[in-house]
Amino acid sequence: MPHTKRRRLVTTAVAVSLGATALAACGSSDDDSKADSGPVSLTYWAWAPGMDKVVDLWNKGEGKKEQITVTVKKQASGDTLVTKILTAHKAKNGPDLVQAEYQALPTLVSNDAVADISKSVGDAKSKFADGVWQQVTLGTDAVYAVPQDIGPMMFYYRADLFKKYGLKVPTTWDEFASTARALKKKVPDVDLTTFSANDSGLFAGLAQQAGAKWWTTSGDKWKVAIDDAATQKVAKFWGGLVKEGAIDNQPMYTPAWNKALDTGKQIAWVSAVWAPGTLTTAAPDTKGKWAMAPLPQWSANDDVTGSWGGSSTAVTTDSKHQEAAARFAAWLNTDGDALNALAKEGGIYPASTSAQLSGAFSNPPEYFSNQADFYTEAAKIAKTTAPSAWGPNVNVAYTTFNDAFGTAAKNKSDFVTALNAMQDATVADMKKQGFEVSQ
Amino acid sequence: MSSVAVRKAAPAAGTTPGTAQGPPLRRRVALIPTAVLLLGAVYTLLPVAWVVIASTKSGSELFSTFTFLPGTGFTQNLKDLNAYRDGIYWQWMANSALYAGLGAVVSTCVSAVSGYALAVYRFRGRETIFNVLLAGVLMPPVILAIPQYLLLAKANLTDSYLSVLLPQILAPYGVYLSRIYAAAAVPADVVEAGRMDGAGEWRIFTRIALPMMVPGMVTVFLFQFVAIWNNFLLPYIMLSDDERFPLTLGLYTLLMQGANTPALYTLVITGAFLAVLPLIALFLVVQRFWSLDLLSGAVKS
Repeated sequence: MPHTKRRRLVTTAVAVSLGATALAACGSSDDDSKADSGPVSLTYWAWAPGMDKVVDLWNKGEGKKEQITVTVKKQASGDTLVTKILTAHKAKNGPDLVQAEYQALPTLVSNDAVADISKSVGDAKSKFADGVWQQVTLGTDAVYAVPQDIGPMMFYYRADLFKKYGLKVPTTWDEFASTARALKKKVPDVDLTTFSANDSGLFAGLAQQAGAKWWTTSGDKWKVAIDDAATQKVAKFWGGLVKEGAIDNQPMYTPAWNKALDTGKQIAWVSAVWAPGTLTTAAPDTKGKWAMAPLPQWSANDDVTGSWGGSSTAVTTDSKHQEAAARFAAWLNTDGDALNALAKEGGIYPASTSAQLSGAFSNPPEYFSNQADFYTEAAKIAKTTAPSAWGPNVNVAYTTFNDAFGTAAKNKSDFVTALNAMQDATVADMKKQGFEVSQ
Repeated sequence: MSSVAVRKAAPAAGTTPGTAQGPPLRRRVALIPTAVLLLGAVYTLLPVAWVVIASTKSGSELFSTFTFLPGTGFTQNLKDLNAYRDGIYWQWMANSALYAGLGAVVSTCVSAVSGYALAVYRFRGRETIFNVLLAGVLMPPVILAIPQYLLLAKANLTDSYLSVLLPQILAPYGVYLSRIYAAAAVPADVVEAGRMDGAGEWRIFTRIALPMMVPGMVTVFLFQFVAIWNNFLLPYIMLSDDERFPLTLGLYTLLMQGANTPALYTLVITGAFLAVLPLIALFLVVQRFWSLDLLSGAVKS
């Protein structure tokens, strides 16, 4: 969820952390998830457009057989939803199922809001890439959600303008930098792209590609490594480009940014698989002129990408029918028809590997009608997604990112200082919440 | 009353000859306030103008054409908004009207009764109650939303119309205004006279005091109406079924559709534009109750 300032409630106001040993503490009791008999009705908080239509498929088919009826209650996505889920959980009043972004799962798990459904999801694991599955297990034996959609990162560029300016599509970040410089030299008022500090997901994805693991656990302790070598490399790289003026430093998702893309003032965008949707509204006049390529790599023989966005379906601990809910979650994200409908109605890019090449993805997105193999390429790239490591206070890290990197980008000052600020604020907040953090 | 009338007439009089030494002085004084007011008007009206103009733009025009150049997509935007999930927008509009309309009416009644009681009767603890209310005025409703949610969850009332209506009925600011207004507009002599004539307390309030309090109550009503109409956090926390969402919440879900779906800007802007219209209409209709000023009352002194 790009766009606008997110209303950030202070999560800590509602999220009373239950014990320091977040991951260890969340084995929910299995007693209340016994197989149900008789009709069951479940509520599902989700934001994906058209989810109600997909759920109708379940209610009329599989669900009818099993007497499990699901009702969708459409929500707004973002951090505020996490707060809302935790508030509802505090009153033991939560829905049965929630749509949750991957980076929100550790927060939900450490508040004991989502249940371990490893016993009920069957062989779902085999349908997903390992890097994706690891995001819902948090590296434990438990399973806290079923992956729904993913956002493997890619490089988007104006094919026509690259040709016109005689540029080659960069395959490494070094080439990316020299492309930016070459373009600046040739056409001073055009930028290759911008470094935007208003969506932390982008930076997190870039760091993930470089091999960063921001949150890890060993035993009962968390380790926060936002300022690790990999992330520093990424920060220095972008900070350097901004400082020398090789790329722009204005935020994205603003009217000015839309205009820059639409009029060819910015001719590339590091984004994810969902970019066609954004470009359709941001740069309507340049439809059919863009092309997609794999993300540039840190060394020529690497083949790895980060992820930006994506979400999963989790079962809450408040649910009285956890097993039924888990069965629905597994169906929703592994059944061919369900995923086809999700892609068609909700425009999601499925996490399930087999669905990535199914009917809904045989044709390229309309905006990229010139690139027939868009989705075959995308599926190949998706396989190379690096594992990610989220922690229980991603929201704090992200807020600090927006502030610190926003200022650094604006003043063209040192990005590493901003990174250190992010690390310090995140560690301080975790300690305040009562987590044990190893230095 | 008469002094107000004179002051209102003054600018017009200034342009006519006959007030020889008046005009230059008055003009110099009036210039700066007028400029400040104009600036304020521009400041507040510019965003409104933006919404009005942006709502006429189609998706492709929205960010590409000049900001204040009207577009060509208004009817299409309306159609799209109307078609979005089978016209759920109108459901949101109706919900907002219900929350704000019913909520403001009930809240105004409660405020009127309690404000009147606090102003007219002397009883033990009156000042304490009033001070607590004053503290309530200082308390932003935002921080009450979560405790209110937890309370209503105990009563199994969350995700219902009542969950949004109930917390907004007692408005400390409304009670405060009502008390101040009742103290100013309802003279003790009148209440006393009513008692002498044998009217009961309830009758005195409804038949004598309430009519005197009407302009103040209209203010309270409008304040409450606008506050509920614009409220975001309380319904956000309380409601999960989007059939019960008010406009603020509904439009927010259009913006926050997840990373892979672009925000429906044109729909949100058109929706926001339409959402302002009832408020403007309400102000225009209710304005005439307002023109009565504080000085009108039953006792001339």
